[in-house]
Formats: sequence, structure tokens, C-alpha cells
Amino acid sequence: MDTVANNRSAAEADGKDTTLIYRQSRWTRLTHWIWAFSLFFMLLSGLQIFNARPQLYIGKQSGFEFNNTILQIGAENTANGPRGFTEIFGHRFDTTGVLGWSGLPGQETPRAFPAWATIPSYYDLGTARVVHFFFAWILTTTLLVWLIASLVNGHIRRDLAPRVSDLRKLPRDIVDHAKLKFHHTREYNTLQKMAYGGVLFVLLPLMIVTGLAMSPSMDSVLPWLNEILGGRQTARTIHFTVMVLLVLFFIVHILMILAAGPINELRSIITGWYRTDPPAKHDQSTERSA
Amino acid sequence: MAKFQISRRKFLTASSLGLSSIALSGCDAFDSGLGIGGGLRSFLENANGLTWRAQRLLAGRDALAPEFTEADIRQPQRPNGVTAPDDDTYKGLLANNFADWRLEVTGLVEKPLSLTREQLQNMPSRTQITRHDCVEGWSCIAKWTGTPLSLVLDQAMVKPQARYVMFHCLDTIEQSLSGDIKYYGTIDLIDARHPQTILAYGLNGKPLPVENGAPLRVRVERQLGYKMPKYIYKIELVDSFANVGGGRGGYWEDNGYDWYGGI
Repeated sequence: MDTVANNRSAAEADGKDTTLIYRQSRWTRLTHWIWAFSLFFMLLSGLQIFNARPQLYIGKQSGFEFNNTILQIGAENTANGPRGFTEIFGHRFDTTGVLGWSGLPGQETPRAFPAWATIPSYYDLGTARVVHFFFAWILTTTLLVWLIASLVNGHIRRDLAPRVSDLRKLPRDIVDHAKLKFHHTREYNTLQKMAYGGVLFVLLPLMIVTGLAMSPSMDSVLPWLNEILGGRQTARTIHFTVMVLLVLFFIVHILMILAAGPINELRSIITGWYRTDPPAKHDQSTERSA
Repeated sequence: MAKFQISRRKFLTASSLGLSSIALSGCDAFDSGLGIGGGLRSFLENANGLTWRAQRLLAGRDALAPEFTEADIRQPQRPNGVTAPDDDTYKGLLANNFADWRLEVTGLVEKPLSLTREQLQNMPSRTQITRHDCVEGWSCIAKWTGTPLSLVLDQAMVKPQARYVMFHCLDTIEQSLSGDIKYYGTIDLIDARHPQTILAYGLNGKPLPVENGAPLRVRVERQLGYKMPKYIYKIELVDSFANVGGGRGGYWEDNGYDWYGGI
């Protein structure tokens, strides 16, 4: 400890800043922003595509003469005029103004997701599909590039692979997050590893697989895909559910960045440089570096 | 620290205002660049060509769409698009139970054909239980019976310069200022000769009903529903569709759907 402290004093004396570290490689930064951009367009065009058939089903086909609908967004006429509703597993909620019935005052129309949440803003399934599939290629290619780069440069092994110690630190990590107490270190904490790993190794691949399963041409190449997923309509429902999970991830991601210090966090994902906490006092340092 | 908090809040306020105004004006610009023929759209549509080539590479000529069992037929085939053509020609043919209907096979063929229902039904048939996937997102499983299109093409002897099969339909899908628009569509010869591509006259063990395209509709099982025209009366072999309709190869294609409907 004394040596570390001495080195630090020496560095300070030289005017060098030892807390500023190079944390994110150019591959991580570049792919991060391409994903952010692509996912924005995929989400908004995807909601437009959903609007063409604002129902989700379980199974191989859509039930018209039987009921396998688990989610429905629609509009209905009531004594108080048209209302928007969302029905999940048979439970109906009034979502007028956002889901089912929305628009500028006096110009409301029946549409599942509102104009501000879709690309294009007006109803246009064909255009939404053009946008969606364009960014699907970008997103998938970027994921492959990231995977190769991160295997080569050690990002996955060094930063994302869970270790036994991560499991041990998990309870403490949850408490720290709940208290908005953040440690700025070179390493990701356990919850970060779980969140990033979950998005990169579970959610995005699942999104690509369920997307492919909906393609009738891909079904001729990989007929087992829909069988393991539970049928094309279940694949579509999973596709939608993963979208919801990605949006939840995005919200938590942004909240954590704001809470942990947005300028420092943004700098690290733009320039790569990240300011870590100053070395701790003796009593805490062993625990921190564990 | 307090000073930093204030500047952070100011930064966030300013940046969120800036971002939302960029997003709002960006959306309008984005909307306007996305019209058919627009530069941005044409650029983005390159991805559709990539999808087509990639899926053709993977699926090849003969990979079969999944087929299902009788137990999977749980409901009538959901009709879509035009379900009761109002055209006089069609209503006249229907009144006579299509006795006067003929399937013309024309264009780039050595031997143009004019087939009656009986002639078509006397050819070898194929029955398949397949899933119909609509571009809107729904699916419906049904049993289709019909004549493989490849047999009809063989009989007509397709000329080597032919590249597409164009289906002409009896139903008016849209009434525009420049006249009625009848449904039409095209597929390439790979899909036309695919083993599951049939000219269907039977549905779930019965004659094809009017709402599903009587007397004849095509099944192209590796593509979406809009690629399977109903109420067919003429099959034309062409080398290009650039001069028909909006030049994009079909009614829905002219209205923005991609020519390749395999995804």
C-alpha cells in the first residue's frame, strides 16, 4: 500500500493524472453508437409494423375462430366517444391518448402506437419494412464485428465474462445500486456485466433469431427454428417482448448514466477515457480492488 | 460540487432540448425522404436486394416451406384484400360457375395456352397444408390443392428470354382518377418452378371460395401473401415489368411493398 501511495504522490507531483484511464476501445465505442442509432430506427419502424396487426398470439397461427391472443391494442366506441384500449392476458386497460386512439386534439385516429413513436409518423407499412430491414442488416453486421473484435482484443474475456467473485459481490452490488452509490473503476460491476452481457448475448441474438423465424423464406432454410420457438406467431410475440426488454434496458441504462455522472460516462464511450475514483484509504482499498 | 450539479443540469436541459428539436425536425425530413423514388428510400431499399440475394443463396431453388398436419387446420382460411370482386366480367363468370372462364398463358412462350377449369384439374395435382403469412403479421394454416405452375409452364414452353411470370387478375383493387386498377403481380422463374408453387383451385378439401380467389389463385409458399394473386385469368411470361403499372412488379409493390416478399 505504501508503494502505491508513494507512486501516486510521485505522479501527483509530476502533474500526471492517474485516475484518468483508457477504458473503452475504439471497437466498443464505434459499435455502441452504431447500435444506438440502429436500434432507434428499428424500434420506431418496428412499432409501425406492429400497428398493421396490433395483436400478439401464441402458436403457429393467429386465432380468428379461436382465441390465442395474449395482447391486443385497439379502439372502441363508448358512451364517452372513441377510447383506446390495451388488453394483456384478458385484462383491459384504458390507454386513450397513447395506445389505441391518439393524435392531436380533434384529430385523433385509431392506431396502436401513436404517431410520435413510429417511422414514418403516418401509417405506411411498406416504408417501415424498408427502414426496419435496412437497419436489421446494420445491427446484425455490427454485432458480428463487435463479437470478433471483442474476442480478439480481450474485451469479452476481460470485461464481460462473469467470474466467481462477481457472484460473491452481487448482493453488495445490488445494495450499492439501490443507494445510488457508484464505484468508478476500470472493471464493470456485477449488475453491469449481467445487463450488458444479457443484451449482447441473449436479447440481440434472440431478436435476430425471432426476426428470421418470421421470414417465410428462412423457414424453408431453417424449418426447425419455429419448432423450437413454438411457432411463427410465438416467435413474433417473443420478438415484441424482447423489444420491451430492450426499451427497459435503455431506460435503466440512461438513468444509471445520469446517476453515475453523465459527463464522465459519456466521455468514456465517446473518447474512451474514464475518470476512476481516487485510490481509496487503507481500510477500503483491499475490498475495492478485490 | 454544487456548482457542478448546476452545470450538469444546465447541460442536460440544453442537450435534451437540442436533441428533441433535432429529432422532431429530423422526423419530418425523414418522412419526406421516404416516398417511393426518393433518394433516401432508394438507398435504404438496397438492403432488400441484399436480403433477396442472401435468402436465394441459402434457400436455393427447392428448399420447401414447412408443411403441417390436418390437426393444424383450426379455422377457415382468413380472406384478405378484395373478397367479393364487383367487376362485371367477374360477376358474369361467377354466375355461370366459371364455365366460360379460361386461363390464358401468353407472352414469351412457344405455345400460348387457353385452359378450362377441367383441363387444369385433369392435370397432375398437388395438395399441401401450409401456413399463409400476411405482410401485416398474421398467419393462417390451410390445405391447398392445385396444379403445379411448372407443369403449365412446361406445356406452354417458356422462351429462354423470359424472366418473370406475371399474373393478371379479374378484381379491381383500386379506383383511381386514371381508371380502375386491377390486381397484378410477378414472381421470378425460380419461384414459379418451385415444387410448392401451385395454381390452387381447392381449399381445405372444397372448391376455392370466392373470398379466397375463385376460380384460381397462386400459392408461392416461400413468400408473403401479397405475392399470391387471386382471381387469376391470365399468366404472361415477360422479360421485364418496368413498363407495367408503376413499374415495380405488382399492385402492392407499386404502393411501396418490396418486390421480394420472402421476409
